[in-house]
Amino acid sequence: MALVKKNSTLKEYFEDAWKAGIVLKSASTDVFQNLALEDWIHEHIDVQQRSALLMWRNSSAVVIGRHQNPWQECNLNLMRSMGIPLARRRSGGGTVFHDLGNINLTFFTSKKKYDRHRNLRVVTGALKDLRPDLDVSATDRFDIVLNGVYKISGTAAKLGRTAAYHHCTLLCSSDRSLLSSVLQTNCKGIKSNATPSVPSPVKNLQDEDPSLDPSAIMGAMASRYCAEFGFDSPVITVDPSVEQLMPGIQKMAADLQAWEWVYGRTPKFSICTSFMAEGANIGLDMDIKNGIVEKCAMDIPHHWLPPEVGKELCSALMGIRFCPSEVAAVVAALMRTASRAPDLAKKTQSLYENVVAVM
Amino acid sequence: MQCLHKFCSSKVLKAPFVCAPYSYSTTLLQQHRFFRTSYAAAGPILPFKLSDIGEGIMEVTVKEWYVKVGDRVSQFDSICEVQSDKASVTITSRYDGVIRKLYYDVDSIAFVGTPLVDIETDGGQAPEEDVMETPALSQEEHTHQHIRGHKTQATPAVRRLAMENNIKLSEVVGSGKDGRILKEDILNFIAKQTGAILPPSPFQEIQPPPPAPAAAAKPQEKKPPPSIPTPIAPRPVFTGKDRTEPLKGFQKAMVKTMTAALKIPHFGYKDEVDLTQLVRLRSELKGVAESRGVRLSYMPFFIKVTTFCLGVLTWAAHNIGLAMDTPQGLLVPNVKNVQMLSVFEIAVELNRLQTSGASGQLGTADLTGGTFTLSNIGSIGGTYAKPVVLLPEVAIGALGKLQVLPRFNAKDEVVKAHIMNVSWSADHRIIDGATMCRFSNLWKSYLENPASMVLDLK
Repeated sequence: MALVKKNSTLKEYFEDAWKAGIVLKSASTDVFQNLALEDWIHEHIDVQQRSALLMWRNSSAVVIGRHQNPWQECNLNLMRSMGIPLARRRSGGGTVFHDLGNINLTFFTSKKKYDRHRNLRVVTGALKDLRPDLDVSATDRFDIVLNGVYKISGTAAKLGRTAAYHHCTLLCSSDRSLLSSVLQTNCKGIKSNATPSVPSPVKNLQDEDPSLDPSAIMGAMASRYCAEFGFDSPVITVDPSVEQLMPGIQKMAADLQAWEWVYGRTPKFSICTSFMAEGANIGLDMDIKNGIVEKCAMDIPHHWLPPEVGKELCSALMGIRFCPSEVAAVVAALMRTASRAPDLAKKTQSLYENVVAVM
Repeated sequence: MQCLHKFCSSKVLKAPFVCAPYSYSTTLLQQHRFFRTSYAAAGPILPFKLSDIGEGIMEVTVKEWYVKVGDRVSQFDSICEVQSDKASVTITSRYDGVIRKLYYDVDSIAFVGTPLVDIETDGGQAPEEDVMETPALSQEEHTHQHIRGHKTQATPAVRRLAMENNIKLSEVVGSGKDGRILKEDILNFIAKQTGAILPPSPFQEIQPPPPAPAAAAKPQEKKPPPSIPTPIAPRPVFTGKDRTEPLKGFQKAMVKTMTAALKIPHFGYKDEVDLTQLVRLRSELKGVAESRGVRLSYMPFFIKVTTFCLGVLTWAAHNIGLAMDTPQGLLVPNVKNVQMLSVFEIAVELNRLQTSGASGQLGTADLTGGTFTLSNIGSIGGTYAKPVVLLPEVAIGALGKLQVLPRFNAKDEVVKAHIMNVSWSADHRIIDGATMCRFSNLWKSYLENPASMVLDLK
């Protein structure tokens, strides 16, 4: 769909088009670009006079809620080895796994018109338009369940001063085994006040009915949205990488990928764990604030290793990011001057490697 | 205390602090034209209550504060983030003023209708009122911007610049909080429009050049040195204050290594290597490697030859480290057991380490266990170096820049030669001069006659 004026931004296009409701679809499957698109629409489109629906899908990614702790919510080691990125969204709620078999729907309205139940009626209504006898319904926790048991959609929302958005996922044909292995933490002993996720049994819509594929569902969503709210809008495809259309969006995408946002925004937490190293039981106690190690203490049996080794390691870890590569660099540097005596060297190395594994 | 804005060309008033704020403003309005700033906080302290979020919600959890006591806020600035039932809500300020009290800690429950913060408002200033020299209405496109759908006045500096240069704020991308337009944004906008070079503002960041991994391909003689994206204003202006920061992390951990390393009696050995034939060989093989998906620099050759020669220095495992400039600093990951790898396999491993290094993903296995290090200082610049042995190793080599220089050939003709200088350092307690000399000569002979490598391939 061509723009009305050659050099207009998305905002100007809507204002000129004089539509009360707009349906958008993102051309990108990059989770950061899509989250940036959501942010951009929330900040720039005037929703006092109009509402919008955005449909988007991402290639494999894990998305945590704004106030969550990624170490607690997902298996960061597995994600790193598989190249699955981690994103933190700006809305609240729990952790979700996205892939191309999952559809994301964002409903943008003014704060006055914010009504999550009405939005979810659009979702269940659209599914029933495709398959009238489908047993789908919204719960009072704003989830959508299939056959009364399986969660197929979760919700989160963001409210600003005058505008709001409500987004939800929809499982069509997601990789369920990858989902469950990635959403299990590999970190023990975390103590935090971060919002926890509530796990539920899930099922794909396409398992229930193979005709329910993502493009059929998105088409039905667009129609149902227009019908429910009395709008008349075609589905407009938007490419979030076009800076000209949405000035400032590239910086938003970059901010969303920054370590300071993804990891550094984790509410203060502590790790209290222990591990076995060369026959000794080592205790590790760390406090992490803004993703940075604020406190580090180790409980090492005195006869096993000279206490200076543990003290030196703790001191070196203070003030660094709680991140395996930063810790690996520190540990590698310390190993250069570690004792060369064979058994001490082995113990020291084991200690260092176990500490890196905690991240 | 009160110094009104310097930009105003009419009378600038330096007023003593008057105790009755309302009378102050009305008296002066009649007598003088002046630019009000927001530096007066002499108004009443008002509690800002948590307003109704909607959906019948009565309580929320305070998740994050964006302000602390003593911070100055403007109307519509974000104050805090609260969460209720999977909804994250940004609470914005109703008043301009200074925060005097926060009623809740992070993670406590706040009730709708109760105070969130106390704000000491500006004396007598209602949000929309602003006393300016010129009427606000016709100038709005230069003075007001939309933040979260609401028209907000920009700061005095931004307004002045926008008006003087006839800039519409709606055309400027704001880099401040919530997309607020800052003075720097206007300056950048002007620079883009006119192509002018403007004096840098004191807050301009000095962008470091993108890190060139130390083991990257050596630049061909015809290629210019790696270009650094220059900011518009090439001369950074420093604010002048030295900053002391405690060492932490990797740098702190390396202090002990460096201190110990400098206590080792080093001796250096330098030589010049004619790589003309190697340059030719590599250009022939580059295409083959690329068809296998690998970028072939000179380093894999240097590394393989080093392993051929390490026998001279008596070593078992040849884990050759490469000094690499990464976001974490100068790290030295190593290629393990080079004696068992072909040049191609070394190139593959090198590519993997470079990618991991650039994305900050090098692990302990990559970073430990090195027995010898090569530092490609030439990729950044420089020809000779005096490298320091990296404990617990006993020798290190620094490879200088590859240069095209004239040399005499066997027929006494002057020809074009590709010359690289190499500087070796070794621990004199363990390696003597003659041994180092033999090592270096052998290294040099392999590289000057690459065909001889074929004889010793395993």
